[in-house]
Amino acid sequence: MTMQEQRSIHEGLEHPTGLGARPGAETAEMTYAEAIRDALRIAIEADPSVFLMGEDVGRYGGAFGVTGTLVDELGTDRIRDTTISELGIVGLGVGAAMTGMKPIVEIQFSDFTAQAMDQIANQAAKIHFMLGGEANVPLVIRAPGGSGTGAAAQHSQSLEAWFAHIPGLKVVMPASGDDAKGLLLAALDDPNPVMILEHKLLYKQTFEVRTGDVRTPIGKAAVRRTGGDLTIVATGVEVQRSLEAAELLAAQGIQATVVDPVTLTPLDSATILAEVVKTGRVLLVQEAVQTGGFMSEVSAIIAESEAFVHLRAPIRRLSGLDVPIPYAPQLEKAVVPQVDDIVVAATALVKEW
Amino acid sequence: MQIVTDRSAAIEALGTLWRIRRFEEAVEDLYGRGMMHGTMHLSIGQEAVPTGACMALRRDDYITSTHRGHGHCIAKGADLERMMAELLAKDTGYCRGRGGSMHIADAATNNLGANGIVAGGVPIAAGAGLSAQMRGTDQVAVCFHGDGAMGEGAWHEGVVLAAMWKLPVVFLCENNLYGMSMSSAKAFPLEQLSDRANGYGIPGVTVDGNDVQAVHDAVETAVARARAGEGPTFIVAETYRWRGHSKSDKNLYRTRDEIESWRESNDPIARFEKSVLEAGTLTEADIQTVRDEVRDDLRGAVQRAAAAPDATPEGLLDAVFAPTTGAAR
Repeated sequence: MTMQEQRSIHEGLEHPTGLGARPGAETAEMTYAEAIRDALRIAIEADPSVFLMGEDVGRYGGAFGVTGTLVDELGTDRIRDTTISELGIVGLGVGAAMTGMKPIVEIQFSDFTAQAMDQIANQAAKIHFMLGGEANVPLVIRAPGGSGTGAAAQHSQSLEAWFAHIPGLKVVMPASGDDAKGLLLAALDDPNPVMILEHKLLYKQTFEVRTGDVRTPIGKAAVRRTGGDLTIVATGVEVQRSLEAAELLAAQGIQATVVDPVTLTPLDSATILAEVVKTGRVLLVQEAVQTGGFMSEVSAIIAESEAFVHLRAPIRRLSGLDVPIPYAPQLEKAVVPQVDDIVVAATALVKEW
Repeated sequence: MQIVTDRSAAIEALGTLWRIRRFEEAVEDLYGRGMMHGTMHLSIGQEAVPTGACMALRRDDYITSTHRGHGHCIAKGADLERMMAELLAKDTGYCRGRGGSMHIADAATNNLGANGIVAGGVPIAAGAGLSAQMRGTDQVAVCFHGDGAMGEGAWHEGVVLAAMWKLPVVFLCENNLYGMSMSSAKAFPLEQLSDRANGYGIPGVTVDGNDVQAVHDAVETAVARARAGEGPTFIVAETYRWRGHSKSDKNLYRTRDEIESWRESNDPIARFEKSVLEAGTLTEADIQTVRDEVRDDLRGAVQRAAAAPDATPEGLLDAVFAPTTGAAR
């Protein structure tokens, strides 16, 4: 058994071909967490204004092991342990960002952004606009979202719709290790606050990742797979599940395109609409609860566009149930779209329409 | 710095006191005549705090301010015409009409902005202090906030982190006795509000907030401590807001006698003028000259601001994000 096979079995997930490295650079195999760590190291070594602060990012190595032993390489000044103070962490990040630094703040679980929401929504996102351009806030906020770890309702949410609803905040959801690295490095080029919603099920998975100081463009969707029968638009861990579902669908003779928006704000609607037009059927997949979810916005964009007249079937959303994430593994799995759910929904869409 | 006994410092302080007072009166007048939109939070009666504090600062030191922020902006050196233009919804205003009274910032004077959220500026000031510390400058951040902010979690978190890292920050509470209508004496059962500092392991000082020299001296000491790397200080400046919290305030939570007693016996400008006259630093004529200059400056600022082009909705969507300029490394 090769190391990769061992790893795949250990993680319980195959390495999807559609989530490999973007072209144009040498690559190496690394986990999603290692890819983020690589980006942190590159940016902090290259730019004295970049630093990371958050809870337990130093000696502890990060709650999900993202920083690992980075504090030994970069020191406690640049890999900075904070008190358990999410509002303070983001707020100090805002102040530092306004005054010449490029802070990266880590919120240990994206659920805890609720503690920091004033600084995210009322301060970071609005300062450039409401101050008439007198200040910028080049702040990067990293926060893991998603369910699947048995951590229940306060540690498992998918809150991207909250952030996408705030003008002035860029929101990205890396679905691969390569994008986790490339988006973080791109976010550090951006003079605006960028919220990076990582997924905790991906941290230990291995991906092909570009080496060196690379970028994944913010505001550009990725077509992960192409097929003529339907277009699946999926975010976060659901991109991987959709790619796996697409392979199973292909075995049944159904060919799916999988589009990963990558960036929710600003959304690359053009790429999504172009891929919808090509197949005339669209399945929108998100882990987040359905009501008021981001895919409802994608649905509305499609419905209001010229792509609407190319639809052969109603737009279909496949979302998390409108419940808090439960603890028991069978319940947790039941409330968010799994590979089989995507296969069923896609098959129905193609067979019935 | 001796302000009361130094002629040029006394003239500077008096000019700032009157600029704040006259600016606020002009705003109140324009609002009353229907020429100004929205709401406003006037700082009449509290002028000595920003005046004394900012005289202890350098131009490159940072401040964060509050919803009641006109005085802080003016004391840090903001342009009266651009401030007035903002309040009059003009394109030439500090925020181009996008922010209004509660969001004036001034990059030229390192004023990081007023804030519509109580205690919103507390962690931001700490972050500016962190930035100064990491960049190895000796800049200091002064966080102006009200007594109402002491009930907010943001105050706690900002002070905790500033204390842990010994950040060069001065948390300066303008205790005007009420957080909107809530009495701070009732809300915080402490002998003195500055006792709160004990819980954070930083010095806490209470000063007469209507005494320019006292405020200045307390801030000067705190700033020296911050520049020396010894960390933050919490200062409570006791003062009083003559006007209501905002235009909706009917003053039902305090008595007319209370307001009158502060106005008559504890007007920070009258007190300062009396002290410089008694010290022989300025004459009545000097004081009148300062008043006249401020009146003329402000009249000119209002006239020019009123004549400026109105803010327009064009370009609003493009103003949400700062333009990206490519790779930063």
